[in-house]
Amino acid sequence: MRYSALSLLVNAFSGQKNWTPVWREPEPKPEYDVVVVGGGGHGLSTAYYLAREFGLANVAVVEKGWLGSGNIGRNTTIVRSNYLLPGNEPFYEFSLKLWEGLEQDLNYNAMFSQRGVLNLFHNDAQRDAYARRGNAMRLEGVDAELLDQAAVRRLCPFLEFNDVRFPIQGGLLQRRAGTARHDAVAWGYARGADSRGVDLIQNCEVTGFLVEGGSIRGVETTRGTIKARKVGVAVAGSTTRVMDKAGLRLPIESHVLQAFVTEGLKPILPGVVSYGLGHFYISQSDKGGLVFGGDIDGYNSYAQRGNLPMVEHVCEIGMAMMPMLGRARILRSWGGVMDMSMDGSPIIDRTPIDGLYLNCGWCYGGFKATPASGYCFAHLIARDQPHEVATAYRLDRFETGHVIDELGHGAQPNLH
Amino acid sequence: MSGGQPNRLAEGGLVQRDREIAFHFDGRRYHGHAGDTLASALIANGVRLVGRSFKYHRPRGVFTAGSEEPNALVELGRGAGRDPNSRATVTELHDGLVASSQNRFPSLGFDVLAFNDLLAPFLAAGFYYKTFMWPAAFWEKLYEPVIRRAAGLGALSGKADPDAYEKATAHCDVLIIGAGPAGLQAALTAARGGARVILADEDFVPGGRLNGERMEIARTPAHEWAAKAATELASMKNVRLLTRTTVFGAYDGGTYAGLERVADHLPAVPPHQPRQRLWRFVARRAILCAGATERPVAFADNDRPGVMLASAVRTYVNRFAALPGRSTIVFTCNDDGWRTAGDLIAAGGAVEAILDTRGAEDIAHLRDIAGDAPVFTRARPIGTAGHKGLSAVTFLNANDRPVTLSADCLAISGGWNPNVHLTCHRRGRPVWNDRIAAFVPGSDAPPGMVVAGAAAGAFSTHGALAQGTERALEVLGDLGSKQPASGIPDAEDAPYAIQPVWHITQSKGRAWLDLQNDVTVKDVEVSHAEGFRSVEHMKRYTTLGMATDQGKTASVPAIAVMANLTGRSIAETGTTIFRPPYTPVAIAAFAGGLRGRAFRPIRLTPAHDWSKEQGAVFTEAGLWLRPQWYPRRGEKSWRESVDREVRQTRRSVGVNDVSTLGKIDVKGADAAAFLDRLYTNTMSTLTVGKVRYGLMLREDGFVLDDGTVARLGDSHYLVTTTTANAGLVMQHVDYCHQVHWPELDVHMVSVSDQYAQFAIAGPNARKVLRKLVDARFDIANEAFPYMACGEITVCGGVAARLFRISFSGELAYEVAVPARHGDAMIRAIMEAGREFDIVPYGLEALNVMRIEKGHPVGSELNGQTTAGDLGLARMISAKKDCIGKVMAGRPALTDADRMTLAGFKPVAEGEELTAGAHFVGIGREAKTAHDEGYMTSVCFSPSLGHFIGLGFIRRGHQRHGDKVRAVDAVRGRDIEVEICSPHFVDPQGERLRG
Amino acid sequence: MRLPCPLCGERDHSEFVYRGDANVVRPDAEAPGAQRAFHEFVHLRANPAGWHKEHWYHEMGCRSWIVVERNTLTHEVRGAVTAAEHTLARRPAPVADEGGR
Repeated sequence: MRYSALSLLVNAFSGQKNWTPVWREPEPKPEYDVVVVGGGGHGLSTAYYLAREFGLANVAVVEKGWLGSGNIGRNTTIVRSNYLLPGNEPFYEFSLKLWEGLEQDLNYNAMFSQRGVLNLFHNDAQRDAYARRGNAMRLEGVDAELLDQAAVRRLCPFLEFNDVRFPIQGGLLQRRAGTARHDAVAWGYARGADSRGVDLIQNCEVTGFLVEGGSIRGVETTRGTIKARKVGVAVAGSTTRVMDKAGLRLPIESHVLQAFVTEGLKPILPGVVSYGLGHFYISQSDKGGLVFGGDIDGYNSYAQRGNLPMVEHVCEIGMAMMPMLGRARILRSWGGVMDMSMDGSPIIDRTPIDGLYLNCGWCYGGFKATPASGYCFAHLIARDQPHEVATAYRLDRFETGHVIDELGHGAQPNLH
Repeated sequence: MSGGQPNRLAEGGLVQRDREIAFHFDGRRYHGHAGDTLASALIANGVRLVGRSFKYHRPRGVFTAGSEEPNALVELGRGAGRDPNSRATVTELHDGLVASSQNRFPSLGFDVLAFNDLLAPFLAAGFYYKTFMWPAAFWEKLYEPVIRRAAGLGALSGKADPDAYEKATAHCDVLIIGAGPAGLQAALTAARGGARVILADEDFVPGGRLNGERMEIARTPAHEWAAKAATELASMKNVRLLTRTTVFGAYDGGTYAGLERVADHLPAVPPHQPRQRLWRFVARRAILCAGATERPVAFADNDRPGVMLASAVRTYVNRFAALPGRSTIVFTCNDDGWRTAGDLIAAGGAVEAILDTRGAEDIAHLRDIAGDAPVFTRARPIGTAGHKGLSAVTFLNANDRPVTLSADCLAISGGWNPNVHLTCHRRGRPVWNDRIAAFVPGSDAPPGMVVAGAAAGAFSTHGALAQGTERALEVLGDLGSKQPASGIPDAEDAPYAIQPVWHITQSKGRAWLDLQNDVTVKDVEVSHAEGFRSVEHMKRYTTLGMATDQGKTASVPAIAVMANLTGRSIAETGTTIFRPPYTPVAIAAFAGGLRGRAFRPIRLTPAHDWSKEQGAVFTEAGLWLRPQWYPRRGEKSWRESVDREVRQTRRSVGVNDVSTLGKIDVKGADAAAFLDRLYTNTMSTLTVGKVRYGLMLREDGFVLDDGTVARLGDSHYLVTTTTANAGLVMQHVDYCHQVHWPELDVHMVSVSDQYAQFAIAGPNARKVLRKLVDARFDIANEAFPYMACGEITVCGGVAARLFRISFSGELAYEVAVPARHGDAMIRAIMEAGREFDIVPYGLEALNVMRIEKGHPVGSELNGQTTAGDLGLARMISAKKDCIGKVMAGRPALTDADRMTLAGFKPVAEGEELTAGAHFVGIGREAKTAHDEGYMTSVCFSPSLGHFIGLGFIRRGHQRHGDKVRAVDAVRGRDIEVEICSPHFVDPQGERLRG
Repeated sequence: MRLPCPLCGERDHSEFVYRGDANVVRPDAEAPGAQRAFHEFVHLRANPAGWHKEHWYHEMGCRSWIVVERNTLTHEVRGAVTAAEHTLARRPAPVADEGGR
């Protein structure tokens, strides 16, 4: 069913009785050209682009829970392309461009809202580091503005400039960045993939890989064996657990990242703002909740929940940055499991097993990457060649030293 | 009825009738009593319309008498401290309280956005995903602003929160959460057994449901029993009784988070008190006695003001002596609802009818309660009337005939849900219990937590008291405490009989599930029809349970409706995940006192006061405050001051406070061997009395830090680190020793704070120092050459350490004295240097001089650079292993095409350089593919009279003399620069050896 | 989360700094294949969902590196020893000194 104002109107007059399922609930077929493991944002967008861009419709997505039950449904919804390194920046800009046409492409309103992302800086060294990053963006044709304190004041008068420990000196602004309604992104891709013939199979957990002579032949699942010529794994958060079944040891640690939302409030924040000394980022959803987060808790965890010190830490930074937040009440906190890679950047690559492809290591930047990650992964699966904006995301880069370390923290995942 | 409060009962209740309190709601003045909540006072005053719903802006009245309230949300207070979305049902009335309704315009009575209600047919679940897509550019400009303005509830003031907050930590043997019958009894038992007990309750009066019921315990009124128990507990030394304290989160290791509302019930925050206090409770055991929450039943137009939970109606009557309606209909599917009818009648209220969905045989034992009130069995409400408040209820009687009765209050009981939330905060899942038709705690509650009373599904008072006792005795047993003799006081023990009803399917029209977010049964049906059938999909698609009450009353009925649609059982359908906090908590409370200038501690060097006296301008360097420059009268810009400081240092002598450097004392027989493994270069060959520059790598082969290593004795070294990495390097050094090589006989301690250290630099440095160092120490060039070090005394016997090292490139020394002598030392240095016109110089001048010498600092040691990039590849000894050496040999790290450190100067005279610019070949398009590197540090060099810079550029060390562009698009600059050696001043190093 | 520091007793985890898998052992730089071995040591992790031996540093306490056994699914802590003890216990037993004393 195509969505439009008219379709809403027609359904209004028929008592909302004619809506049809946005996706089928098919039984798995014995064999597919491609099986994508993971029905999160990246898996669903991979399937969508396999069908839409690469003409592969005999595709299944197998998901152990419900569609969108991973980090696509528990992030802070920020979309941006303000990266420093040449291995990253073209990829994230490609992603942002896909975001800009996504809703018309999917015929689904994911409420992508380009209200800007502002990263604050507090000293000269940070200013120069942001200039370096802003210039890297501009070389890639991406919008970036270095604001001085006066300009930040004009844009965000609600920030605290006086009673401060670390004065705000300015900020790096990307106006085209913003936020999107995270669940809707999963649903939009799912609907688009389903309508192009992709089988979306929920409650279907992969229990093993079928490998013959070093080549993939399919997957074993809780709903039986599914054969496939190619298998793509996009299960960030569970990557180690799944790839263990293929005998792969990876440069990944699983960490918990907490996120927070306040009660609904009348509009008070125009875009996304982040603090420069200590990690804190915040935006306001269309429903009025302030959505914010900070650092990962910092220890290996699959628990999808965190602890109190990080909650306090995040709120301290929030209050230092904008003490008008004080009376806003946290309504809900939650945790997601992050694939923290050893250099803070993702992996989209082949594996030592022929026909088995891996998409992982998104740390806590995976949401914004959803369109490009799916597109590039689909490209890799369909053509067995990396897409030109994703050539740096190799699995062997840790061994060769071609790491993509935006923060310069080295091989310590909890610092990225 | 009491004067001015039309719905206040003449007698009864726990309010203090002799204490009248004036308050304002929406600009009108009302009166209530001490002991009232805002909700009970509004009810007593006959105010029924208190808010508007989120989506359709439907009129809303008080629905509950507790923290689960979805409707009665108000803004409290005025000005900067305004509190949006405050639940009137838990807001204690106090003098001068000012409340206003929210999410309405222009007024609560006439809200233009109530127009949305007429559009409801178009605004079904998920409507926004299906439209507003064309044209794309209209989203930010038109659609979204309209949606955003309509959404949200209350408004923040937009001003800094004016109140103070604090955090506290308390340890205990047993944390008891909730002071109802189970909690009080558990606390009494545990405390009598000698355990250290903390009892916390969200209400301002302990007792929980006992305060809202008309019943007896031990033959005294239940609320009196509760008060007596609380008094006993408060008198015991091993008990901390916290009222107004919500335990809102269960975390790992027996850690629980609580919020104490210290002053929210007072007209103003008392001096030296916080508004709220965040508690971290560390408990060996916890007993959850959080009670249960009543739930409604969905049927058409069940959302009008006047429709309330049955238990809330009797709480208002019994506890607050406030009558929610002149004529009340009670609608129930279980025995407990009848209590409301009985209590209303006993209080003199009018019960219009009792509607029970069950058959006559099921309620025979309850008939007497009704008195004269008509009872309808197999009754099912199918609609209500009344615009801004309930006026009539229509229901089907046992013969399926519609009957309409007038009433201004409908008390609904759909049964009770145990408050399992805290049992689930560590990802436990509740389990469905058919007998009580509710989810109860599963077996996976947090370790150390047990559950008692209604929270565990024991709904009778006796059951709660008995479980409280039993759980406490078990806990005492676990803890090895004595078991006190304990009796269980007499109380009612009525069985809980229920035949659950979730949705009256015969009713037409919108049947509300989530009153705040306006989610109806129809929305759940649409969600199901569109394939959003998992309970998580349903929640996310319809927004059910995502409002400020987190679905405390709405979720279970909605799950039941979804279960009915899918044909699965409620148990199979399951719940969504319960997450902290149990009730919303202000961000300011989590931050406590760490805000404003107190956000993070400030570290000051021992010479700070002196620098301040000199009028130094300070800057943050991590947690340190360091002098940036020392302005002099008449200097118009910082550059003028910095240029002077550099010139005077290079011309004569200057002094810089370098106390912030990390300093690690390393001792032991294996100290030398250990340092050889830490540093790329060899430290074991360093002779005693000498210093060596050292480079440390991370194990991945990139540079970690640099600094100096001084050998003070055979088995004694002093290591310095950069200021920024002092903590990190200490951690690293400890790691290497304890994890990799614990067999080495070596001991380290950070002495960063123990020493004040000053760099004295410039041609006259030795002359100044000579006046300070005690005469028996020879510091002549031959006796104490470049890179010498030693333990000396200064100023007549003060122990000190002297290092002849130079960051500025001048003849320079660093002298370290115990921190307590730091202030005296800087004053002595200035005095000694007076004849040479010594200048103190700050971080900026230090930075200029180090750029002139090409020394890397944080901008160059950015974690992405190798020893080779810095031109220091030769510092990696070929003769030994060290941390990072193997990985530094990876192909990408040894690639000849890497960006390496170089100097840069502008081609055009007088041009400024900027850090952060990227290098692009002249005549080439400025794009990523042509990016050759970036500028890291720049300054104006007073020594050379022009700008100079350091940066990394591909094969930089081979390209001296080449010209490239420095493109700084974000600053609107694009200039030509010449690549040169990074050693701008005295490249041969003659001065520092002089 | 509370960690049992072998020297200081049980403390909140916010006093500690985390450093990951304690099972990896720094390889011999002189041995053949050292680069591969170091790559595995520095980068590759078992990252189990379950019990995990991991390094924590009691930075705001006694400065000990400790090895904590903790469950990554439940965050339960089973115990801790100092890293020094852990390392020494894993070393192969020294070859008996045949020369006698």
